[in-house]
Amino acid sequence: MFIEAKNINKVYFDKNNKPITVLDNINLSIPKGQFISILGPSGCGKSTFLSMIAGLTNSTSGEIIVNGKKVVKPGKDRGMVFQQAALFPWMNVTENVIFPLRKEISKSEGLKRAQHFLKMVQLSNYPTHYPHELSGGMQQRVSIARSLAMDPAVLLMDEPFGALDEQTRSRLHRQLEEIWIDTRKTIVFVTHSISESIKLSDRIIVMGTRPGTILTDITVDIPRPREQHRQQIGALEEQIMALLKTEIDKVIEEEQSYEADS
Amino acid sequence: MKPTVKRLIFFAALIVIWELGSRFELWHETILPSPFSVYNSLLAGFSDMTLVYDLVASFRRLLIGLAAAILIGTSVGILLARSKTADDTLGTLVLALQSVPSIVWLPLAMMWFGLGEGSIIFVVILGGTFVMILNVRTGIKNVDPLFIKAARTMGSNGMDLFIKVIIPASVPYFVTGARLAWAFAWRALMAGELLSSGPGLGYTLRYASDFGNMSLVIGVMIIIGVVGAIVDLMIFQRIEKNVLKRWGLET
Repeated sequence: MFIEAKNINKVYFDKNNKPITVLDNINLSIPKGQFISILGPSGCGKSTFLSMIAGLTNSTSGEIIVNGKKVVKPGKDRGMVFQQAALFPWMNVTENVIFPLRKEISKSEGLKRAQHFLKMVQLSNYPTHYPHELSGGMQQRVSIARSLAMDPAVLLMDEPFGALDEQTRSRLHRQLEEIWIDTRKTIVFVTHSISESIKLSDRIIVMGTRPGTILTDITVDIPRPREQHRQQIGALEEQIMALLKTEIDKVIEEEQSYEADS
Repeated sequence: MKPTVKRLIFFAALIVIWELGSRFELWHETILPSPFSVYNSLLAGFSDMTLVYDLVASFRRLLIGLAAAILIGTSVGILLARSKTADDTLGTLVLALQSVPSIVWLPLAMMWFGLGEGSIIFVVILGGTFVMILNVRTGIKNVDPLFIKAARTMGSNGMDLFIKVIIPASVPYFVTGARLAWAFAWRALMAGELLSSGPGLGYTLRYASDFGNMSLVIGVMIIIGVVGAIVDLMIFQRIEKNVLKRWGLET
């Protein structure tokens, strides 16, 4: 398997020193080239798990292997796109895209590479703009181009379109789908949107909360482009919704009892 | 109406009221000289070049002092932000020293550096350093963790991360620090010059006061205020605005 998560646990201690289990025995294998979504309500640890694959967060126990190598720290083999674009405001678009490459390739090679990936996200007309001059959707596209430019083995995306408006989001869905078809990168996509996960991925991992566990592993075999298969999408959506309802009720219950306590 | 026009009208009105007050002898000339006598003493000062020499001398001290303050402030600020131990110890000292007006160091400075340039520049440096230290420290500590995470996933860490990401990300705080350092240094300079030997704007102010030349006293006060406002508006606020805009922090 290309990405292999084995017995991942994550426990942290709250301010009363009470242990809280964020992730409970997560096992997951992802083959190369798959577009996989990790779906779950907030607090299920899906972002924590992604952050572990990126090497930004340590697990309490268990290990993650990417492309045969155990993950111990962040590396350029794993590109990460966050919910906020996280572009550096003091650099223009091209400089941002070249940032991860600046030590390895010459200036002219870098410019060429930047131009290529900016074209892929349809921003080749904005090479010298600064992030503050771009809309949220454009910034996110630059951020995707920046991740792709370092040619990672896997693209990790943490609710990348969560902060965008509906129209921009569906446009970016199409772009991302095209990029994936072009590049055949392995994509691990974290989201809390059921429709987003169905629209984009080959496979959906549904996570439950408190503690974070894998509830089901769904293979999505709706042909692309998927907009044309509304019925199948609808059916799958309902199926996942029913599954998550108990989880969401659990969260609400817990919040209410917490309120009653305090 | 443009702000500049409003400003012009406001200051013109102020001068007219002041002049009228003097004409109708609401106050005596020795207590508050009229705008005309102030203008004349300024004119005399500039035409015999004394005020020009004063300005040059004052600015020389300011530039040396401010440059040193920014340099020391940046280095110590970085140290405090990077080392918890330094922050817990030296940081507390800096915080305490910051609340001491720098001019109270003058007696000590005179013992160490004598009555001349050295002690004034020392006081100017102290005036600007602490606020610069605290701003640099805050800036580096407040870098958006997202920038750091993003940079790490792109293979940046250690010194590279610090120089290429953390330092540029805290530039807005550096600029604010420099602006405040200038303001404090300018005040410290004037106080220092009042109490030591010339040439210099502060020195001329005291000299005029000793000879009862109130119109020159007011003239020098106006120069101090005008220079302060011009440098702040034309240089620091402009840079600050550009940086805040570029860094996406402008609301």
